[in-house]
Amino acid sequence: MGMPMLIRAKQKGENTEVKVLVKHDMETGRRKDEAGNIVPAHFIKTISASCEGKIIFEGELGPAVSKDPFLSFSFKNGKKGDKVSITWVDNKDDSRTDETKIR
Amino acid sequence: MNERRRAIIKSLSVYSMAVATGLMKPLSALAVDWEKKVFELSKLDDVIAALGGNFQVSDGVVLVASEIAENGAVVPISVESKLPNTDKIAILIENNPNPLSARFTIHDGTDPEVKTRVKMAGTSNVHAIARSDGKWFMATKEIKVTLGGCGG
Repeated sequence: MGMPMLIRAKQKGENTEVKVLVKHDMETGRRKDEAGNIVPAHFIKTISASCEGKIIFEGELGPAVSKDPFLSFSFKNGKKGDKVSITWVDNKDDSRTDETKIR
Repeated sequence: MNERRRAIIKSLSVYSMAVATGLMKPLSALAVDWEKKVFELSKLDDVIAALGGNFQVSDGVVLVASEIAENGAVVPISVESKLPNTDKIAILIENNPNPLSARFTIHDGTDPEVKTRVKMAGTSNVHAIARSDGKWFMATKEIKVTLGGCGG
């Protein structure tokens, strides 16, 4: 399930700027805990963004993306009130979708 | 007819419930496949070969990052392509255990610019690459890391 993402979609002229902060440990599988045991890899593999059902942006992430991944991008043809939806899937097949409206 | 309609409506509502409860992935999440064999490569040259060969150095790819990262666990990186028809942007960190850090697909109407944060195991050349009209172009910057970001 994961924790909710923070998503902001703001209209700036003809562009909509999207900022996403995902809550995820993004474990590389190389780190050791206090007891010296390797912490298994646990990271988001794909993330996709859509506006009113149309895909606008996709990412494939490796474990080298920082803990609690941040992404920012912008797109055209959005307008205030449109729904922006973001979905991620991790390497344990956990997934989460959150959405916001363009402001 | 009526029963079939009901069955369809029923299956649709089961699907949306499954999505809502996180049991099933919505279709949009399946549009890109995570390409394991490229992400798990450990040598930069192998990644370059796997992505289709030569990357031409170009001013059309703009990589913005500070020269010194105090914390290798969180290195902000911004990549912008000024090249026409850019449909892919990727970040390669040469000295990381797996150079390919992230690859993005830019759909029609989306600006070919992405900002994110990556981990760096140590000081390394960072290559930002963008695919324009089917060809890859590259910008490179060395980022010095004072504290590594891959734990251990």
